[in-house]
Amino acid sequence: MFNEFPDTVEIDLRTRVNDAISWLLDTFGGVFDFIAAVIRTVLLNLEDVLTWMPWPLVLGIVAVLAWYATRSPLNTVVLTGLMVMIGMFGYYDLAMITLAIIIAAVLISFVIGLPIGILAAQSDKADAVIRPLLDGAQTMPAFVYLIPALMFFGLGRVPAVIATVTYAVPPLIRLTNLGIRTVSQSAVEAATAYGATPRQILRDVELPLALPTIMAGVNQTTMMALAMVVIASMIGAEGLGQEVLLAINRIDPGRGFEAGLCIVALAVIIDRITQGFADQYKESIS
Amino acid sequence: MADENGILLECRKVTKLFGDDGNTQQVLKMVRDGVAKDEIQSKLGAVVGVREASFQVHQGEFFIIMGLSGSGKSTLIRTLIRLIEPTDGEIIIDGEDVTKMSEDGMRKVRRNKVAMVFQHYGLLPHKTVLENAEYGLKTRGISWQERRDKAQSAIDRVGLSGWEQYRPSALSGGMQQRVGLARALSHDPAILLMDEPFSGLDPIVRRQMQHEFARLQEEEDLTTILVTHDLDEALMLGDRIAIMRDGEIIQIATPDELVTNPADDYVASFVEGASPARFMVARTIMSEEPLTAREGDPVEPMLNQMRERKIWSAFIVDNANKVTAVLSYDALNRAHQSGTGAISVGRQARKPVTCDPEMAISDIFPLVLNTRHPVAVVDDRGALEGVITKNMLLEALAHDIDYDEDEVETPSSETTTEQANTEVTSV
Ligand SMILES: Nc1ncnc2c1ncn2[C@@H]1O[C@H](COP(=O)(O)OP(=O)(O)O)[C@@H](O)[C@H]1O
Ligand SMILES: [Mg+2]
Repeated sequence: MFNEFPDTVEIDLRTRVNDAISWLLDTFGGVFDFIAAVIRTVLLNLEDVLTWMPWPLVLGIVAVLAWYATRSPLNTVVLTGLMVMIGMFGYYDLAMITLAIIIAAVLISFVIGLPIGILAAQSDKADAVIRPLLDGAQTMPAFVYLIPALMFFGLGRVPAVIATVTYAVPPLIRLTNLGIRTVSQSAVEAATAYGATPRQILRDVELPLALPTIMAGVNQTTMMALAMVVIASMIGAEGLGQEVLLAINRIDPGRGFEAGLCIVALAVIIDRITQGFADQYKESIS
Repeated sequence: MADENGILLECRKVTKLFGDDGNTQQVLKMVRDGVAKDEIQSKLGAVVGVREASFQVHQGEFFIIMGLSGSGKSTLIRTLIRLIEPTDGEIIIDGEDVTKMSEDGMRKVRRNKVAMVFQHYGLLPHKTVLENAEYGLKTRGISWQERRDKAQSAIDRVGLSGWEQYRPSALSGGMQQRVGLARALSHDPAILLMDEPFSGLDPIVRRQMQHEFARLQEEEDLTTILVTHDLDEALMLGDRIAIMRDGEIIQIATPDELVTNPADDYVASFVEGASPARFMVARTIMSEEPLTAREGDPVEPMLNQMRERKIWSAFIVDNANKVTAVLSYDALNRAHQSGTGAISVGRQARKPVTCDPEMAISDIFPLVLNTRHPVAVVDDRGALEGVITKNMLLEALAHDIDYDEDEVETPSSETTTEQANTEVTSV
C-alpha cells in the first residue's frame, strides 16, 4: 500500500504557478510588451550594424582593438586569426547574430546589474537581501532560466536575451558590490573632507576606483552569456548556438564541433580584448 | 572670520567613544568621573578615543597636536570636521557649533572653511595632478576656468609646475604629498588640518617639506592644526603644542614652555630628547638689558658703566631705539684718551650684526661666530629688544647636557672682554 504516494496529500503547485503567470500576463501585459519592445529594438539595431559591416572592416576592428588592448603583435595576429577561422568555417553570419545577442545581453545586464550592485554596496540591508538571491541564482541550472522567459515572452530572440541576462547578471552585481566596498577608504575620506556629496563620491571616487573590478564582472558576464547561447537557442535564439543544437539533434558531431569551436573563438576574442583594456586601466590607477 | 578674540576654532570637552553601543551615557559618565581608559575598556568594552578635549585655535596660529601612536590624535582632528562623529562636546568653527549642524550644513563648512591634508595623501589615483589639486573647488561648484587658475597657482606654490598632467602614481611620496598640499591650498581654507602629513616621507624629504611648509604658513598667513608624533616637527613648526595621552590633552604650551616646564613626567619624558637649538629662539635666550647709548652722550660715564657691568660692547641707538652702531670699550677708551668728550658714530663705531627675535638659535650661531660683538636682537622696525652673546648661546645649549648640578657655573661675562680687544672700523 506504500508503493503509491497517496493522492489525497498531493499539492497542486503547477496549476497555481500557471494561474499566477496568466494573472501577471493579464495584469502587467503592457509592461512585458514594453520590455520586449526595448530589447527587440536594441537587438535589431545591433544585428543591423553587425551584419551591415563588411567583413574586412570587422576584421580590421578586431585587429585594432586587439592591438590596443594587448600591445602584442602575437596576440593581435592570433585574435584576428580566430575571427578569420570563424569565416573559413562558414559561420561568419551566424557569429554576427550571436555577437548581437551577446552584446545586447551584456548591455542590458550592465544597465540592470550596475545599479543593483551599487545599492548592495551602499546598504548593508540591501546586501543582505541581494546576496542570498545571487547565491541561489548561481546554483540554479541554466535551463531553469528558460522557463520564466518562455512563459512571459514566448519563443524567439527576446526571451533568449532575457534568459541570458538573468543567467549572466549575477557576477556583475557581485563584483560591482565588491569593487565599491573595497575602494580605498582614504580616497573616500579625502573626498568627504572636501565637501563631496554621496553622489559626487560615487561618481568621482567609488565608481572610477571600482572600475577594474566592475570590468572583471562585465567580463565574467560576457563569458556566461556566451555559455548561455547554446541553451538559449532551445527557445529560439538564432546563431551559433542553434547550429550546435541542430548538430546534437541530427547527431552530426563534426558540425557541432565546428560551431562549438566558433563560440570558443568568440569567447577568447572578447575575453582577451576586454581583459586587456581592464588591465591597462588598472595599471594606470595603481 | 575669527571672533573678537581672534579664535577661529574651539573644542569644548570633545569626547569620542568607540564600541559604546547601547551604553553611551554610562560610558560618558565614567569619562566625566575620570575613570581610566583601560578600566572603561575592561568594564564596558568601550574605547575612549578622545577624552574631553578642549582647546582654542587663533587666527594665524600654528597649533600642533602631538602624542604617541594610539593617543587619539587622528581621531581628534577628524572629529573637528566630523569625518568621525564626536560622541559628546562642542566644536565651534568660525562661531558656529558644527556638532549641531545638518549633513548639508557640515558639507558647506567642509567646502568653504577647512581643508585637510592626510598622512596617506588621499589622492584620487585616476585623476591628474591638476584635477586632484582642483578637487575641493569642484565640489564647491566653481567654474572650470577659475578652478584651473587657482589649482595651477597652488601647484606652482608647492613647486610642482610641469607635473600637472601626470597621475599621482608617477610621483614620489614627497611629490604626492605636495599634490595633497596643493589641493588644500587651492581650497583657500580658513583652517588647514593636517594629519601627520610628513611622516610617510623619508627623513631628508621630510625636513625639506617641513621647512617649505613653515615658509608657506608664514607667507600665506595660514591657520593650521597639525597632528604629529615627531617632537622636532612640533617644536620647529608649532606656535602652541597640545600633548595627548590616552585620548586626553594633558598640556597645551608653547614649544619653549613645554621643554622648560613640562606639566608632568610623561610630557617631560616626551620632550627629553629635545635639543634647544632646534626650537629655542633668540627671544628666549637674549639678555633684555643691553647697554645702550645715544650719539652725543658723554664718554666718561659710559666707560664707567661698562667697567661696572663688565659689558664690553655698547649699542648706539637713535630716538626710536633703532640700533645704528656698536662700539667696543677699547674704541671708546681710545677716543676718551684722545680727548673726545661725546660719543659719536664715527670712525670708532661698527655696523651691528642683528637678528630677528624669532630666529632659531641654531641659525644664530654663525652670526655670533662672525662678529666680535654681541648680536643685537631687533624687531621688524629695527628697534633693539635685546642682545645675545656667545656665552648665552653656550649656556642655552648646556641645558641639553647631563651633568652634576654643582658643576654648573654661570659663565662670567668676563670672557666677553676679548670681543672688545679689536680695532674698530667706521660704520
Ligand atoms: N574605528 C575605531 N574603532 C575602535 N577603536 C578605534 C577606532 N579608531 C581609533 N580607535 C582607537 O582610538 C584610539 C586613538 O586612535 P587614533 O586616533 O588613531 O590615534 P593616533 O592617531 O594618535 O595614533 C586608539 O586606542 C585606537 O585603537
Ligand atoms: Mg594617527
